[in-house]
Amino acid sequence: MNNALAIASVVVKELYRRKDFYVLFVLTALITLLMGSLNFFNDDKIVRYLKEICLLLIWISALTIAVGTTARQIPAERENRTIFPLLAKPISRGQLVAGKFLGCWLACGLVLIVFYLFFGVISASREHQWAAASYFQALWLHWWMLAVVVAMALLGSVVFAAPSSNATICLVVILGILLMGRHLNQVALQLAEPMNTVVYAIYFALPHLELFDVRDLVVHNWDPINWLVCGGATLYAAAYAVFFLFATWLVFRRQPLA
Amino acid sequence: MPAPSLLFGLLCSVCFTLATWLQPWHQSWAGSRAQSGSLLNVVMGDSRQLLANHFLVKADVYFHSGYYPSIFDQVTRGAPHMATAKDDHDGKEDHDHEANEESGFLQPPRDWIDRFSRHFYPSRHTHLEKPGEAREILPWLRIAADLDPHNVGTYSVAAYWLRQHLNKVDEAEQFLREGWRANPDSYEILFELGRVFDENRNDPERARNVWELGLRKWHEQSARHARQDNFVLEQTLTQLARLEEREGNLPKAVSYLEELKTVSPLPDTIQLQINELKQKAAPPSAVKGPKSP
Repeated sequence: MNNALAIASVVVKELYRRKDFYVLFVLTALITLLMGSLNFFNDDKIVRYLKEICLLLIWISALTIAVGTTARQIPAERENRTIFPLLAKPISRGQLVAGKFLGCWLACGLVLIVFYLFFGVISASREHQWAAASYFQALWLHWWMLAVVVAMALLGSVVFAAPSSNATICLVVILGILLMGRHLNQVALQLAEPMNTVVYAIYFALPHLELFDVRDLVVHNWDPINWLVCGGATLYAAAYAVFFLFATWLVFRRQPLA
Repeated sequence: MPAPSLLFGLLCSVCFTLATWLQPWHQSWAGSRAQSGSLLNVVMGDSRQLLANHFLVKADVYFHSGYYPSIFDQVTRGAPHMATAKDDHDGKEDHDHEANEESGFLQPPRDWIDRFSRHFYPSRHTHLEKPGEAREILPWLRIAADLDPHNVGTYSVAAYWLRQHLNKVDEAEQFLREGWRANPDSYEILFELGRVFDENRNDPERARNVWELGLRKWHEQSARHARQDNFVLEQTLTQLARLEEREGNLPKAVSYLEELKTVSPLPDTIQLQINELKQKAAPPSAVKGPKSP
């Protein structure tokens, strides 16, 4: 466990040495503030459009950081040949995978805290209320969704040849799930056999990342989700993350490094 | 092979010749967007209308606090109804129907994922009913109007919410005037502007002028086009009849009601109103009838 944590701390340090986060945060803040400065019918209490835009930018930034950071972890170690001394120490390949995952996921958590703090400040400045429970649930679910994304990208990094192709494929799959995942069962009903069964099987097999997207609830000030339901979603994400990590380890443990 | 500098010179000459020919042609071309004063128009052209429709739908999504059918749900369950909701009771039946989740656009859950996922998005039919909440739809209506200034529905819907729910009469009037400048023949905008003068400004004279102008525009357009928008005509005639009755011009009110009777789905009710007004208009002796000797 200590070995995995040591690797994770290196990954977190790497995140704040790189410029990705700073650039995306500044862009998010600038666009949000610019949109907030718009005047609609002399009403300065309009806030939901601003919350929606800010949350959309946060989602885009977090996905970019999660996939981008994870996709290059193992390929970069290989390319720089630092993976040989790393594995020459008493570190197993499983610990390496776990460490990389933990590092990327914790880094995403730190990024999300900063983004959601900014979001909370912007919302509170307009709405004059602090929906702490809803914001915490949004952050928590978002973070667990990123656990699945990070694990998926890590699996991609040992399957695909280059980080760029891995990142592109991961983003396409993730966007596909976010946009279509909820409706695949409806699509399946319209299809004839055997496509009906195939699409329904995909519907049940894929990780429903859209479950963790509670932006509409936050934007429109709905009540917080039941905490038990929130816990269920957490377990759901954890199960998929563990599945992808296990698959990564299975592929990586017999893979030649050179 | 000739010298590269000669080739370069030849290409430059060809380009210059083509430019002298193409420039005047482009200036006089009817499809050129360079004449447009709006940057959006130059950059986006007619694709603005697509985006404008998207933002209009977005306003409707906000009106329902995010509870809205996806394109997959719309196949089984119809289109948005924010515009109808503004006209009092027209959308009520539909809303009551949708309030029941089982009969709304959300069918009963098909599987456990479907059931579980409903905790994570708005799955109950609500409206922006708290005081002042309606302001949240305004940015999208404003953007929709900027992108497609010829969609008159955007102006009348926005003006309705501005003056009825947010007490922003000046902004409503300004927005309607903006819409009127973009659509000088729109009787819908004139009708809504008349309501601003009549209901909010308490200025029956200007309301009458605007509605009468709207009525003329409606007749001009119905003469030109086969398709008639009787709904706005009914509304305008009803408002004009009420205004004239209030102002004491009973014969004029009767004449508007007579016209309304020809297009109304309830001609008998209108006839009753006409009879009432005629009774009021008649001198007291005529109402009582001649005294018997």
